[in-house]
Amino acid sequence: MASILLVDDSVSMREMVSFTLKEAGHNVIEAEDGVQALDVVQNNAFNLVITDVNMPQMDGITLTGKLRQIDSYKFTPILILTTETSDARKQEGKAAGATGWIEKPFDPDHLLSTVDRVL
Amino acid sequence: MEIDINLSQFHDIFFEESFEGIEVMESELLALSPGTTDKEIINTIFRAAHSIKGSAGTFGFSEISDFTHKIETVLDNMRNDELEITQQLISVLLSAVDALNNILISGKEGKPHDPTLVENVSTQLEEISSNTTTELTSREAVTAHRHKQTEDTDDNPEQRWRIGFFPHEKLFYTGNDPLRLIRELQTLGEFAIKAELDNVPEFDDLDVHNCYLGWRIQIQGQITREQIEEVFAWVEGDCRLEIRKEMERRSTKDRRNEPDHPGRRKNDAEHRSIRVSTDKIDHLLNLVGELVITQSILNRACSDQDIESSEKLLDCLEQLERNTRDLQEQTMSIRMLPVDNVFQRIPRIVHDLSIAQGKQVSLEFSGEATELDKTVLEKIGDPLVHLVRNALDHGIETPVTRASKGKPEQGMIKINASHEGGYVVLRISDDGSGINPDKLLATAIEKNLVAESEELSEMQKQNLIFLPGLSTAAEVSDISGRGVGMDVVKRNISDLGGTVDIWSEQGVGSTFTIRLPLTLAILDGQIVRVGNQIFIIPLHSIRETVMFNDKETNTVAAKAELYKYRDEYIPVTRLHELFNIEPETGNDHPGLLVVFDIGDKHVGILVDDVIGQQQIVIKSLENNYKSVPGLAGATVLGDGSVALILDVLSLTCQSANLLNTG
Repeated sequence: MASILLVDDSVSMREMVSFTLKEAGHNVIEAEDGVQALDVVQNNAFNLVITDVNMPQMDGITLTGKLRQIDSYKFTPILILTTETSDARKQEGKAAGATGWIEKPFDPDHLLSTVDRVL
Repeated sequence: MEIDINLSQFHDIFFEESFEGIEVMESELLALSPGTTDKEIINTIFRAAHSIKGSAGTFGFSEISDFTHKIETVLDNMRNDELEITQQLISVLLSAVDALNNILISGKEGKPHDPTLVENVSTQLEEISSNTTTELTSREAVTAHRHKQTEDTDDNPEQRWRIGFFPHEKLFYTGNDPLRLIRELQTLGEFAIKAELDNVPEFDDLDVHNCYLGWRIQIQGQITREQIEEVFAWVEGDCRLEIRKEMERRSTKDRRNEPDHPGRRKNDAEHRSIRVSTDKIDHLLNLVGELVITQSILNRACSDQDIESSEKLLDCLEQLERNTRDLQEQTMSIRMLPVDNVFQRIPRIVHDLSIAQGKQVSLEFSGEATELDKTVLEKIGDPLVHLVRNALDHGIETPVTRASKGKPEQGMIKINASHEGGYVVLRISDDGSGINPDKLLATAIEKNLVAESEELSEMQKQNLIFLPGLSTAAEVSDISGRGVGMDVVKRNISDLGGTVDIWSEQGVGSTFTIRLPLTLAILDGQIVRVGNQIFIIPLHSIRETVMFNDKETNTVAAKAELYKYRDEYIPVTRLHELFNIEPETGNDHPGLLVVFDIGDKHVGILVDDVIGQQQIVIKSLENNYKSVPGLAGATVLGDGSVALILDVLSLTCQSANLLNTG
């Protein structure tokens, strides 16, 4: 069981990802955008961060960069949720320090197998 | 870990969220002014679209995500300054949002959406983005690429790969762990690995956060380069990676012993429905039709056999008959679709028209699940829409007028579909002003469509509305007057083998009743004989067959022969007179009267004998000869002979005309 921070502004995606991860026995905490996520990581430790890219307030790539500047998050796996269409975004994400990505659309099985890759 | 999660539990929330997204898109688009450079508005719209696209794909609504992708591409071009923001562009995007809303509503209700609406906007969006330099990779292309990969794996021969994997020192800072990548690679096939320790520094210089190791890996199996690259996709640029292939073929026998690779299989659920061209289905239907005929011929041939000696044969034949019928029903059902497909077009039309005309209308549907042949369904859409437009345009009054007549301000249009006999019946009724029969008559006389001297019943006057050339320029408004008159509506429906009737009462409203055959290809037929000729009558139209008694007939007003049938008098058509056949009917052989339901009335056709029933495949007379009034087509009988199929409705009309003029 791992502690996972899930950051996405879409309620439906958050519900689905969170439900799936919880079914697999993980502990999930949700945040609606980058700003909220940075707030949450102050008081919680996570084994994995999963973040959407396009979000209001602070996007997922900026969040990734900011997390990497926090000592306790230097080596934490960070996965970005992205669409296949944004190859450039993946590279931006990597440059900011993301571990990898999960391409939308994805099904619960794919989500879990990708999460298993980094846990 | 295998976990079974039903995604449909998130559908409600997805739709709710998407409708919110649509509201955002719409209001932000309206706030967008031409020529603006404010990127924040465009970003907000883009985010909403992007979010809908991503979720839609995940929850399996590929149509929604594909369409949103097109909107997103245009928005992306806008925020990259590749598209100038013009009023026209904003309008196109607004109509795209409308279309998206439409697909979402259909998706939510689990119905297919109207493709024409979406296609139109799609084309516009594609045109806009094709004029710019960058284009987002289309989702379809990526998916296709993935499929290809999967296929490659299936056909691929055994291959041996040599991989050199040398991570950069700072690999751990991306959260990646080489051990996990190697473990994943191991799942692909037979695996051997050797670590390279050359770069490990002296102990004192060792930084535990750095990666100093490299690996040489040999892996063998049905593995493609793409599969290997996919394992290392996340560390591309963070390592030195060498992938070399060594071809080595093993015998097929060996390969068969290898277990299949788990995973990477496409979900079977995705293949639950397939697209098939209607040509193929029609061809299949035609073949089944031929099979039905062969079955009949076989039945007849075997009925002459000695039963005891061929009991088994008869058993088989019975079974074959059942199977043939099942096969035929199933084949027919492929072409059947719910009428709802057509009804869906109507709410928007009513909505837009009622606003344009300042009328209040409530729209009510019933029997949406009633199924109709696809061809019939496709062709009934326009007539139906025309009738609804008419109801709104000419029928429903403005709220003020309605109030002054003591009616509720909100008018009502009801559309109902149901099965009646062998027909599907569509009723379009409104509670509007109704049709003024005398006004219709006056117009018809004025246009020389009806002689002034002619005396018409109320019903006949109302039916004048279907006469070609009746509608006048003055009556044509920009709404219902689109160059399609009621005569075209009637003709379209007749072409489908259907009928349309009108009932109207001034001040109360009008009802149009469309009767359509379930299918156009096969029907149950009653075989009848007149003299030495065999005819087929569609079974579903027959009410009953009674012995004919000449004494019960009356000739009324020298116009029509009426027969006392139960408590009413019904018009009678003597088939032998109509087709000029020498009949057997006489004093010693009174003949049989076949009685039909036509609407709520009955008519009778006099024949010599009723022989039997048979499924018949309708072969068009028009295609092979020419259209003959009173005949719906021809068919091949069980004994291989050809018989004509009677078209009861036109037959009785024709008979009435014959008597009228004679």
